Amino acid sequence: MTTLEHAHEEHAAEHAHPGARTYVLVGVILAIITVAEVFFYTQEAVRAFLVPLLLALSATKFVLVVGFYMHLKFDHRLFTGVFGFGLLVAASIITALLFLFGQYPLPHPAG
Amino acid sequence: MAHTAVPVIIDTGAAPPAAVEAPLVLEHPHTSTGLDSRKLLMWAFLASDCMFFGTLIATYMVYKNRSLTPPLPRETFDVPYTSVSAFVLLLSSLTMVLALAAIQRGEERRMRVWLSATALLGCVFLGGQFYEFSSFYREGLTLSSNLFGSTFFTLTGFHGTHVFIGVFWLASLVTHSFRGRLHQEHSLLVEIAGLYWHFVDIVWILIFTLVYLIPD
Repeated sequence: MTTLEHAHEEHAAEHAHPGARTYVLVGVILAIITVAEVFFYTQEAVRAFLVPLLLALSATKFVLVVGFYMHLKFDHRLFTGVFGFGLLVAASIITALLFLFGQYPLPHPAG
Repeated sequence: MAHTAVPVIIDTGAAPPAAVEAPLVLEHPHTSTGLDSRKLLMWAFLASDCMFFGTLIATYMVYKNRSLTPPLPRETFDVPYTSVSAFVLLLSSLTMVLALAAIQRGEERRMRVWLSATALLGCVFLGGQFYEFSSFYREGLTLSSNLFGSTFFTLTGFHGTHVFIGVFWLASLVTHSFRGRLHQEHSLLVEIAGLYWHFVDIVWILIFTLVYLIPD
């Protein structure tokens, strides 16, 4: 296969986005996850592992929107690389700041 | 004998030429990657916006529970109300992607309907945020009342500004379409606007969990 043919195939694959049915299905899943988040938030029984549970549900919604609605699952991998780099830096900033302020905590409010 | 030139107007029945508007740019020039630079630029912008919101979210979380004076998050938030706002923004992402699917099929009228619905849902979200901010203000929470107020309003205010810009962008696309300047071959313009809109949505997915749902 020539480089040109390869480029054409890649370009065609880049535009092979899912149809309306898939989009609606993803929308329904997102709505169900949102309802589940609020449900778990109100349940005392899951209080012990509420934070990891909510983070996992939130991450699932994030991946669904980025993968299907923003088409990263179907588009060229360069887009994933560019966005992933920004996301990695953002996650590193959050983690580093939480770690730093955990190591050197600010004084707690009185009372 | 002198002749005078008289202009002759011949009615051919054809309509006079309409004023031609400048066409939108369709084709992207050749790039080494074969990808459209505009789309790549949007992804680069979204990556930088990730870092921007990353710092705002980190600042909110670091200063969480550090306020010396009330009101505090637990006594301020109305989670069921914010859940509806989150649902509205999720729904707007669905209508946005349906607008893109419509223009990729060449269904311009349907695209206008979905784009208008997206902009309308964005306005509903902004109205909800305005109401929420107003009620917080009445309870004594302002940008300068305590650490919670400063970090919360900065984070959610910048997100709201992004939504406002998105609504304006969507409205301009609908206007272009009504003027007959947005066709199937311009679907990339809708796709790029959609990328921005979905990004605003995923930021709210994180804010909703990290700010509103995770307990103090």
